[in-house]
Amino acid sequence: MTQSAVRPTPASPTPPGGHLLEVRDLHVEFRTHEGVARVINGVSYHLDAGETLAVLGESGSGKSVTAQAIMGILDTPPAHVRSGQILYRGRDLLTQSEEQRRQVRGKEIAMIFQDALSALNPVFPVGWQIGETLRQRQGMSKADARRRAVELMDLVKIPAAAKRLGDYPHQFSGGMRQRVMIAMALALDPKVLIADEPTTALDVTVQAQIMDLLADLRRDLDMAMILITHDLGVVAGVADRIAVMYAGRIVEHADVRSLYRSPAHPYTKGLLESIPRLDVRGQALSTIKGLPPNLMRIPSGCPFHPRCPYVQQVCVDVVPHDLVLGDGRTSACHFAQEVRDDSAR
Amino acid sequence: MTAPASPTKVRGETILSVDNVVKHFPISQGVLFKKQTGAVKAVDGVSFELRRGETLGIVGESGCGKSTLARLLMRLETPTSGRATLEGKDLFKSSGAELRRLRRNMQMVMQDPYTSLNPRMTVGDIIGEPFEIHPDAAPKGSKQKRVQELLDVVGLNPEHINRYPHQFSGGQRQRIGIARALALRPEVIVCDEPVSALDVSIQAQVINLLEQLQDEFGLSYIFIAHDLSVVRHISDRVAVMYLGRIVEIGTEQEIYERATHPYTQALLSAVPVPDPDARENRNMIRLTGDVPSPADPPSGCHFRTRCWKAQDICAIQDPQTVLRAADPHPSACHFAEVRPTAA
Repeated sequence: MTQSAVRPTPASPTPPGGHLLEVRDLHVEFRTHEGVARVINGVSYHLDAGETLAVLGESGSGKSVTAQAIMGILDTPPAHVRSGQILYRGRDLLTQSEEQRRQVRGKEIAMIFQDALSALNPVFPVGWQIGETLRQRQGMSKADARRRAVELMDLVKIPAAAKRLGDYPHQFSGGMRQRVMIAMALALDPKVLIADEPTTALDVTVQAQIMDLLADLRRDLDMAMILITHDLGVVAGVADRIAVMYAGRIVEHADVRSLYRSPAHPYTKGLLESIPRLDVRGQALSTIKGLPPNLMRIPSGCPFHPRCPYVQQVCVDVVPHDLVLGDGRTSACHFAQEVRDDSAR
Repeated sequence: MTAPASPTKVRGETILSVDNVVKHFPISQGVLFKKQTGAVKAVDGVSFELRRGETLGIVGESGCGKSTLARLLMRLETPTSGRATLEGKDLFKSSGAELRRLRRNMQMVMQDPYTSLNPRMTVGDIIGEPFEIHPDAAPKGSKQKRVQELLDVVGLNPEHINRYPHQFSGGQRQRIGIARALALRPEVIVCDEPVSALDVSIQAQVINLLEQLQDEFGLSYIFIAHDLSVVRHISDRVAVMYLGRIVEIGTEQEIYERATHPYTQALLSAVPVPDPDARENRNMIRLTGDVPSPADPPSGCHFRTRCWKAQDICAIQDPQTVLRAADPHPSACHFAEVRPTAA
């Protein structure tokens, strides 16, 4: 266990030349009239080329805010990055000028949002909106941008793309709108795609189609993907590694299989036990007692301690650091070994 | 609070019966001379029975008509045709005082705990409001005491009676909605997506509360949700809806383990399972395309445009929701059979 300010991120060793994207000890707070909400409290994670990292958490855990900090689209004020680094190919994005960040946004790192209907402009045809990026950023002519927009719509498997170029967002179904969003994000051929709850607003059959599409695109275009979600089921299918967030921290970080088989943080364990399973007929659901903390008054010590069945005095007094478990996973719990052994049983 | 069950009320007997209910919303064109040019067939002939003390889950994707069905049962919409009886009394024909009495026996829990509570009313006023609308069902003594009892029943602090909705979290607000639904001691509660807006850890708390209240007060639930895992967990019987119709209905086991309708099978296989190992053994069915518009549903079987089993007969003949040889529970498919490698 290291006590250093920058905690090492677990699992894979740093490849030569560094990680593609690395978030180091990020702190973000929201300064509001009621007080300061400490939304991100020392988040570190990394992403290598070609892999999928899932960031899992409930509302208010800070998963989307981290992504917005990477993209540089935090609403400031109220949001302020207090400290930390976001390294893309070794360069710290947080120290760059807005003009430099604009070069990264879309071209290197692109993002798709949860609600495609409100993310698209209702008064412009989708073809125009997909082409906008190309005209603005690559100086393409209108005709070229149109042609490329059709290609992109084909790529995300929108049927009869050439015909639908002039249609408006309301003429598309929810799944098709999300495909339009994906096409827009892919326009500048990004290396990293951040998908923030891409299927939450969709029905299950459509959700499956979109997740398949994202997995295919990630492989074919050789992108790295950060998938932000609250759905433990969605994650299980596509992610390589999972980072579980709670109260602005990463509480557990592991490869998908180990995390589901033997969660090593009481929060992850509680989450997995509290979801009804389709394939297992359950009895009463076990629950995590209490509520997520108010981010203006985060509990002392381990932020999860008021809800934790493993709680001891040490949890109230001491903030747990990432405990590196034998198999290259980490868990920010004083009793990580016990929790893991309990869940493996 | 005492359970409302009296000796004449037998668990398992039919309490609500719905027979061929139809709701078409007209589509009209023209400004001065409006004329109807079509209809959105939101609910297109739905029949089922709800038994006392059981939970009937209704699942389906958005636009399948499950919420319209809930609103019809609550008489928030007027049906185009069909019949429904609650304890033998006609739900759609009654009006005035009689309808109010019927409604007392059937309450609703809404999906969104953020918008379904009036932000300017205290929790006490919200939960006590049903007593003002139904003065004859109001408690004899102190109304406040009764409201505090209700808060206690749903696991909230009775001292918070004078707080406003914004002072509660999402899960707590949903509990307020449940307390309001319980105020008149109904026998049937229609839950329209009661946990979809909640986080996973909170969702489990609310589901457990609903189950515990059911045992305590002998409630019957109609539980509408799009989350198949939640529905399986809470339901005794399940109905699957597609484009305004029930395509399959049966016990929880019949639907989840021996589904015979292709749509049910596809829906089940599309559900993400939170277990990377189980997932690999699963045999996924990928449906292509989107749900057709309910304004212009396909002829014959509504599902045929996305179905891999579709034959000529599916376009011509509308399959009835009847018992099928493959597994004897009602299924609306000409080629109903249990999936051989059902995972």
